[in-house]
Amino acid sequence: MIGKAKYSKDRGFSMDNQKLAKQLMKKSKTARYERMGKLGSLAMLLLIMVIVIGIIVFVTSKGLTMFFSDHISFKDFLTGTLWNPGTKTPSGHPAVGALPMIVGSFLVTILAALISTPFAIGTAVYMTEISPKRGAKILQPVTELLVGIPSVVYGFIGLSLVVPFVRNTLGGSGFGILSGTFVLFVMILPTIVSMTVDSLKSVPTFYHQASLALGATQWQTIWKVVLRAATPGILTAIVFGMARAFGEALAVQMVIGNASLMPHNLISPASTLTSVLTAGMGNTVMGSLQNDALWSLALVLLLMSLFFSLLVHFIGRRGSFKK
Amino acid sequence: MAEPIISTSNLELYYGKFKALHGINLSFEKNQISALIGPSGCGKSTFLRCLNRMNDLIDGVTITGTVLLNSKNIYSPKTNLVELRKKVGMVFQQPNPFPFSVYDNVTYGLKISGMRDKSQLDQVVEKSLRQAAVWDEVKDNLYDNALSFSGGQQQRICIARVLATSPSVILMDEPTSALDPISSAKIEDTLMDLKKEYTIIIVTHNLQQASRISDKTAFFMQGKVVEYEQTTKMFTNPENKQTEDYVSGRFG
Repeated sequence: MIGKAKYSKDRGFSMDNQKLAKQLMKKSKTARYERMGKLGSLAMLLLIMVIVIGIIVFVTSKGLTMFFSDHISFKDFLTGTLWNPGTKTPSGHPAVGALPMIVGSFLVTILAALISTPFAIGTAVYMTEISPKRGAKILQPVTELLVGIPSVVYGFIGLSLVVPFVRNTLGGSGFGILSGTFVLFVMILPTIVSMTVDSLKSVPTFYHQASLALGATQWQTIWKVVLRAATPGILTAIVFGMARAFGEALAVQMVIGNASLMPHNLISPASTLTSVLTAGMGNTVMGSLQNDALWSLALVLLLMSLFFSLLVHFIGRRGSFKK
Repeated sequence: MAEPIISTSNLELYYGKFKALHGINLSFEKNQISALIGPSGCGKSTFLRCLNRMNDLIDGVTITGTVLLNSKNIYSPKTNLVELRKKVGMVFQQPNPFPFSVYDNVTYGLKISGMRDKSQLDQVVEKSLRQAAVWDEVKDNLYDNALSFSGGQQQRICIARVLATSPSVILMDEPTSALDPISSAKIEDTLMDLKKEYTIIIVTHNLQQASRISDKTAFFMQGKVVEYEQTTKMFTNPENKQTEDYVSGRFG
C-alpha cells in the first residue's frame, strides 16, 4: 500500500502526502493480526500457568492435611517403616511410615538409571558417530516405538517374563525391586537414548575435525571430545530418564510385589510411592486419614519431580557451550 | 632448489562425478611459507585438505596421484593416518578450540598419543603457547575454558595446540578470515616466527596477506594451478595474464 502511494506522483504532492499520513496512522491488517497472535498465545500461557499452579497448590494443601489436621509428625512420616494408615505401630506411633516406599522408589530409579546409562550411551554413539546411516534407518524407529509402547504392556511383559525369570534364577517370589528395575530399564532406555542422540548431534563437526587433524583416532575423538563436550546433555538425558522411572506407576506396580515393607534385598516384595498410590487410591474415603496419607505420598512425588526439573535447568545452565 | 618437504604429482580429486582438482603438481620447500590464492571454489582448500588426508572423511571423494611427504607417498595403503596428521598439522578457518581449558586443549594431541608426564606436558604447554605468541595473554588463566578468550586468542590457542604435537608441516585454511585486522596482524607475526622451525602452507583470500608473509605463492583457478612463483615475482611481474588480473584486483 505504501509502495503504491510512493509511485503515484501524478496525483500531486500534497494529496499524496495526506494519503500517506492517513495510511501511516491507520492500523494495518497485519498489525492487528500481530496483536491478536500475541494476545492469543499469552492467553494460552496464562491458562496453562493457572492449571499448573492449581495442581501444585491443591496437592500441597491436600498433602499437608495429614500433618496439620491429623497431627501426624513429619518424622513419623519420613522415618517410620510401617505403613498402615489409621492404625498404630507397636511402639505407639501412627503407622504412616513412608520410608519403605521412598527407599523403594529411589532404589528402582537409581538402579534402572545405572543399568540404562551405559546401554543408552553405547546405542547413541553408534547411531550418531559410528554408523549414522544405519542408526537413522533402523535404530531411530526402534527407539521411537519403544517410547510409544503403553506402560501396561511393559508391566504385562514384566509380569509374564521378568518375574518368572527372577523367581527361577534367584529364588523368592520373583516380585521385587529387581524385577521393577528390569522393567524400568527398558522403559527409560529410549528416553535416555533419544536425548543423548540429540546432545551428541549438537556437538559441532569442527570439534571432530580438529581432533582428527591432531592425529586422534575416531574412538579417541568420540571418547575424549564428543562425549566430553556432550556431557551436560547426557546428564540431562539421564535425569529425564530418572524422572520417568520415579514417576512410573502401573508397570512397576505390576512387578514389584506391593508390600509396604522395607526392602532388605532386591528380590523381596517391596513398593514404591507410585505403586502404593495406584493400589490404594480406590480404597480410601476422601477426608479420611488413609486418604490424606496418600496425598502426602503424592506431595513427595511432586516435590521430587520439581527437584528433577530444577536439576535439569541447573545442568543446562552450567553446561551450555558455544556452537 | 632444496629438497622439497612435501610435493604432489598429478593429484586429482573427484567429489562423486565432479572433478575438483585437475592434476596438481606442486612442491613446497622446508622452512618457507607458501600461500595458496584464488577465487572461491577454485580448489585451494580442497588441495590443502589432501595434504593431511582430511578429505578422506567426506563421502564419495576419489583421489588419484601421489603426495610425497619426505619422499613417502601418504596415499599408500600403508600410511599411518595418526602419524601423518601429527606430522602435518592443520589450523582451520574458524577458531575451533575444544570447550575445555586452554591447558587441556594444548595437551590434547600429546595425551591421545599417551604422554602422561605432568612436568613434560607443562613444558610443552608453555613452549607451544609462547611460540604461538599467546602465552602472556593466557598464562594466568590456563585452566579457564578456551572459549572464554577472544577469537584471535582462540585461533592462536589452536595454533599452539597444533605446535604441541611438533609437526613438520602446518596447513592453514584461511586462519585469519574470521578475525579482526589486529588479531590477524598478530597471527601473521606469529607465522613469520614459526617459519624458522616449520613449513607452512596457507590458504588465504587476502592477497595483501599472501604478499606480506609468503615466500612462494600458487594461484589456483578452477581446480588447476595457473602459476606457482616466488611471491615477489607473482605480485609484481606475473607470467600469466589471469594471474595479473587476479592479483591486481581486476576480478575474483
